[in-house]
Amino acid sequence: MDPILEISGLIKTYADGTSALKPIDLDIRRGEIFALLGPNGAGKTTLISIVCGIVTPTSGSVRVDGHDIIDHYRETRSRIGLVPQELHTDMFETVLDTVNFSRGLFGCGRDDDHVETVLKGLSLWDKRDQPIMNLSGGMKRRVLIAKALAHAPRLLFLDEPTAGVDVELRRDMWGLIERLRETGVTIILTTHYIEEAEHMADRIGVIHNGELILVDRKADLMKKLGRKYLTLHLQDPIEAIPPELKDWDLAIDETGQTLEHHFSTEEEQTEVPQLLREISRIGLEFTDLNTRQSSLEEIFVNLLQERR
Amino acid sequence: MSQSAFPRFNLYGVRALYLFEMNRFRRTLWQSLAAPVLTTILYFVVFGNAIGSRIGEVDGVSYGAFIVPGLIMLTVFTQSLSNASFGIHMPKFSGTIYEILSAPLSAFEMVIAYVGAAATKSVVLGLIILATASLFTTIQVEYPLLMFFYLVLVAFAFSLAGFIIGIWAEGFEELQFIPMLVVTPLTFLGGVFYSIDMLPDPWRTLSLFNPIVYMVSGFRWSFFGTGDVTIWISLAAISAFIVLCMALAWWIFRTGYRLKT
Ligand SMILES: Nc1ncnc2c1ncn2[C@@H]1O[C@H](COP(=O)(O)OP(=O)(O)OP(=O)(O)O)[C@@H](O)[C@H]1O
Ligand SMILES: [Mg+2]
Repeated sequence: MDPILEISGLIKTYADGTSALKPIDLDIRRGEIFALLGPNGAGKTTLISIVCGIVTPTSGSVRVDGHDIIDHYRETRSRIGLVPQELHTDMFETVLDTVNFSRGLFGCGRDDDHVETVLKGLSLWDKRDQPIMNLSGGMKRRVLIAKALAHAPRLLFLDEPTAGVDVELRRDMWGLIERLRETGVTIILTTHYIEEAEHMADRIGVIHNGELILVDRKADLMKKLGRKYLTLHLQDPIEAIPPELKDWDLAIDETGQTLEHHFSTEEEQTEVPQLLREISRIGLEFTDLNTRQSSLEEIFVNLLQERR
Repeated sequence: MSQSAFPRFNLYGVRALYLFEMNRFRRTLWQSLAAPVLTTILYFVVFGNAIGSRIGEVDGVSYGAFIVPGLIMLTVFTQSLSNASFGIHMPKFSGTIYEILSAPLSAFEMVIAYVGAAATKSVVLGLIILATASLFTTIQVEYPLLMFFYLVLVAFAFSLAGFIIGIWAEGFEELQFIPMLVVTPLTFLGGVFYSIDMLPDPWRTLSLFNPIVYMVSGFRWSFFGTGDVTIWISLAAISAFIVLCMALAWWIFRTGYRLKT
C-alpha cells in the first residue's frame, strides 16, 4: 500500500546553525500508529513542524498522501491535524467557538454533529460554553486535541500528548487513539513515556541528535533487542552455581536463594524448558519461578548507550 | 488519494479568521469605541467650538467642519495600525499562530482576513465619529460615495501597514512605536487642523514631503470639494502606499520572515 507520509532526505538547520535534523528518511503507512521516541532536543518537534508547515525545511522532500507539502500545501495541510507540545490556546473564546474556528480554518463548513462527537469523545461537551481560560491544564490539552480533530484529519500528529497529564486522561487518550485508528486515521505521536509507545504503537522510530537511528515494528524491536529474565526462587540456598549448570548464563544473588538467567527472546522456546529439565535433573528444588521481559525503556537506554 | 481536491480559495478559512477577529473587537467593543470617540469629541469641543469660533472659515468652510475629515483620518490611521498589528502579533506572542501557519491558508487569504477585519473596524469607527461630529457642527458631504470609498481605501492601507508592523514587532512596545512616534506627529503636521496653504515657507514646502498631507487632503476633498492637492494626487498617494505595503507583505510571506523558523 502506498504510504500516507513519505519523508526523504529531510534536513533542517536552524538559522543559529543548530543542525536539528540530519537527513531523515521515513515512510509512514496508512492507518498505522507510529511512535517517535527520543530524548529532549532530538528533533521530534522539528520533524513534525516541518510536515505541518510551521517550520521551513532546509532541504529534502515531504509528501503527504502523494502531495508535496510545499507545492500542494493545501492538499497536505487539510489532511493533517496537529496537537502541539506546548499548551497554546486562546483565552476568551469558548470551547465550542474555538473548535468551530479550527474547522473553518482548515476549509470545512460547519458540521455540528461532527463537532459534538469530537467534544463528547473528549469529555468536553459539558464545558463547551466555557471560555478556555477557565479550564484546567489537562482540559486545555483536550481542547487542543478537539481542535486538531475538528476537520477530521487523516493524519494526526500528537506531540507529547500525555506530558503533564493525569492517569485518567492518559487512559482516555489511549482510548481515543484506539477509536481513531479504527476509523483509519494514521497517528504519529511523540512521547517520553515508553510504556505509551509500547502500549499503542505498531511501529517505533528512535530519533537521536537529529538522526533516525532505528525504525522497526514494535514486536520485532522487542524481539530483537528485548531480553527475557527467568528468575527461580530456590527452596534451599546454595553457595555457588552447581558445576553442571556452568554453561548457562546464570547469576545468583547474595541470599543464595534466587537464581537469574537471561536469554534473548528468540531463544526462549528451546532454552527455558531445557534449563528447567537440567535443574530438576541435578535435584535442585525451586518454590517459584517467573519470567520478565525488558521494557522498551530498557531497550531504549541500551540503544543510546551503545551509540555513545 | 482519499479526499477530493481542496478548493482554490479557502473561503471557510478566511471567514473563520475574519469572524475570529471581529469577535475579538466585539468583546472589547466599548473600550475600543469609547476612547477614540471621546478623544474626538474633545477635539470638536476645544478646537471646533471654542477656538474655531474665533478662526472663522478655512477654504470657505467653517473651522468646526474643516477639522472633521482630518480627525476622522487621524483615528482611522492609528486604529487601523494598532488593530491590525495587534491582531497578528497576539497569536505570535501566545503561540496560537501554530494553527494558522499549519492551516491550508494562503498568505493572500491570511492578509484578507486580518486586514479585512481591522479595516472593517476602522471604517465603522470612522463613520461613528462622523456621526458624532455632525452633532457638534453642520457638515454636508459633497461626494458621499467617494468619501466612503476613500475611507475604505485608507483603512485598508493602514491596516495592511499595521499587519506588517505586527509581524515585524518582537514586543508590544514596538507595536506602539510607529503609530505613536511616526504617524501621530505626521498627522498633526499633515493638515488636520489647518490647510497647508496657511503655513509660511519653508514649512509649506516641507509639508509636501509628508505623505499624510495627501491622504488627509483627499478625504477632505470628498467632503468639501477642495483640498491641499487635487483628489487624484491623493488617490495616487494612497494607491502607491498600498502597493508598497503589498510588496512588503509578499516578501514577508515568501521568506517566512519572523513568522517561520
Ligand atoms: N527555533 C529554533 N531555533 C534554533 N534552534 C532550535 C529551534 N527550535 C528547536 N531548536 C533546536 O533544534 C533541536 C531539536 O529540537 P526539537 O524541539 O525538535 O526537539 P524535541 O525532540 O522535540 O525535544 P523535546 O523532547 O524536548 O520536545 C534542539 O537542539 C533545539 O535546541
Ligand atoms: Mg518537542
